[in-house]
Amino acid sequence: MNDVWAFFSFSDPTVRIVSLGTVFLAMSASVVGTFAFLRKRALVGDAIAHAILPGIAIAFMLSGTKNPIVLMMGALISGWLATWAMEYITEKTKLSNDTAVALVLSVFFGIGIMLLTHIQHSGTGNQSGLDQYLFGKAAGMTEQDLWTYSVVALLLLTVVISLYKELKVYSFNPDFAAVSGLPVKAIRRILNLVTVLAIAIGIQSVGVVLMAALLITPAAAARAWTSSLKIMLFLAALIGGISGLSGSLISYLSPAMPTGPWIVMTLSIITLLSLFFAPRGGALSRLLKQRRHSQKILNENLLKVFYKLSVERKLEKSGLNVAELLAERAINKSDFAAAIKRLKRKNWLLAEGKKLKLSSIGLVEARRVVRLHRLWEMYLSQRLNLKEDHIHPNAESMEHIISPELEALLLKELDFPTQDPHNSPIPYSN
Amino acid sequence: MKNQTALEVHNLTASYQRKPVLWEIDFKVPSGHLIGILGPNGSGKTTLLRNIMNLMEADSGYVKIFGKDLDEVRSRLSYVPQRESVDWNFPASVREVVEMGRYRPGNLLRRLKSSDKQKVKASLEKVGMLAYADRQISELSGGQQQRVFIARSLAQEADIYLMDEPFVGVDAATEEAILSILSGLRDEGKTVLIVHHDLQSAYQYFDWMILLNTRLIAAGPKEAVFNSTHLREAYGGKLNLLSKLGEIIAREQFPLREPDFKEKEGSGDE
Repeated sequence: MNDVWAFFSFSDPTVRIVSLGTVFLAMSASVVGTFAFLRKRALVGDAIAHAILPGIAIAFMLSGTKNPIVLMMGALISGWLATWAMEYITEKTKLSNDTAVALVLSVFFGIGIMLLTHIQHSGTGNQSGLDQYLFGKAAGMTEQDLWTYSVVALLLLTVVISLYKELKVYSFNPDFAAVSGLPVKAIRRILNLVTVLAIAIGIQSVGVVLMAALLITPAAAARAWTSSLKIMLFLAALIGGISGLSGSLISYLSPAMPTGPWIVMTLSIITLLSLFFAPRGGALSRLLKQRRHSQKILNENLLKVFYKLSVERKLEKSGLNVAELLAERAINKSDFAAAIKRLKRKNWLLAEGKKLKLSSIGLVEARRVVRLHRLWEMYLSQRLNLKEDHIHPNAESMEHIISPELEALLLKELDFPTQDPHNSPIPYSN
Repeated sequence: MKNQTALEVHNLTASYQRKPVLWEIDFKVPSGHLIGILGPNGSGKTTLLRNIMNLMEADSGYVKIFGKDLDEVRSRLSYVPQRESVDWNFPASVREVVEMGRYRPGNLLRRLKSSDKQKVKASLEKVGMLAYADRQISELSGGQQQRVFIARSLAQEADIYLMDEPFVGVDAATEEAILSILSGLRDEGKTVLIVHHDLQSAYQYFDWMILLNTRLIAAGPKEAVFNSTHLREAYGGKLNLLSKLGEIIAREQFPLREPDFKEKEGSGDE
């Protein structure tokens, strides 16, 4: 616990540099990656990250230093080259876009690994630092690195904020943007440039192999929570930042733990939780919805049973008992009890001693369900010419789905029939 | 304004992945008409539209809009892409999409003015979608999506509208609404070109027609174009010789035009 305090007090300058740097670069990657995500270019980011490796190696071989600005220039040039190569291959050959991406990724990465191996065997004094770009090593961040990253992060943010409107229309509908006279070529180049930049600084902490996760997963998690691009960008940055911070915290607490993989682990957990708990379309909300539907179906089926027994067969004016109800329709005991409870709570059923009876509002509701069932049967037999023995099961499910608007349409189209195809009366509310 | 030449396509030849799709298309369209671009599947309707808007480069020929190159008159042109060409899961509201109609080179890097926002609301009202302004576009029906696209186009306040299959996959009410909006535009003297594949409704919708099948079959007032001779020519027997030649060109990588051919007077397609 003390260690956690020590971390968050940021009194140790190394902690300060590493955690701030990591947060900045994770946030930059998340914001820029949101556009890659929306343009369905997830793998392009992966390819660029891999393609940056030869640039770094060549920059090192030519300059002999590990100065972050020099290495980043190399990274930018080869990342840019890779972007251009992917676009060129897609446009000028018959190869599909995913082939172009795979091709560029493997060729550039292969060259990068080759150069890296060469450097490692050439015995230059400070060569050992370069393989950190493969898997990332945030702990090695210097103050100079931090400055570079903050400037780059600020630059990216400025670009995204000032070009927000253009980036939005370009990501949604590039052809429309082009016809409107917007400078789409320039927008694309700027977007490519900031993507390469964000990746070039990001690989410092997570490495080329895991970089795609840092670009894409924050956007995927953010999308689960919102349908507004502005909020999505903000959330993606927040999620990226939190992951960056917790990655550096974990590797501070146990120095054997690598930062990069832990950033990606945190991100994955946040994303999984988001996909599960998201209010719209999340797995949990789907489950709840399904449960609500099955409860509604059971409620309405029970009301139908009450209607049939008490109104149509005029059994027991004073009410029905459980055995009579279960005899009419087989429902498992616990579901049955729960449904009865719900109907009582809605005041649709009234208890009289051990017996149950429809209330007046329950009767209205029961009539509605029976009416929809019989109307739909009518529709099926009249409009679809289905045989009599085929229409009941279909109506059995449709009666729960038909909305009041659809009911009105149905009534109009069938011209208010009084009997269903089995000659049972259709109950109207008045 | 009416019957001035709105659009001129001159000897346009274009290919898609080296396979020629349009051969020597040449016609002029007067302003103030509702014009259907008709033809069977794969007859080059969309390619023609994309060439008019300079979204792809022609092999030869040029396009003039109100006698000028596209770049000089962009603000007078509006494009409604096919509904399926975008991802409707994109995080945006109806209002935001229609606002895109007000994004112009003139307001690059700047926020929209309140006059822009007024125009956006007016366009939404015209297509009957004002009540849905804050709705997420992912929640719209096909017909509503198409209305949003039309509203975005109206917000551009153009003089010539190019629409790619606006009637596909929409409900009857939307079809009628779109048609009445388009007739309204025509009555204001605007020119509306529509790629359309349904011959059944074409005669009723349009007053001018461009009938294509890789080459131009006919262009003119619908009474002159819509007859059995032209339709048989467009939809009947395949143009065997021409399409065989096209296949050879694509397969053998022949240049479609010799290098010094380029007929680009004024160059509307650079």
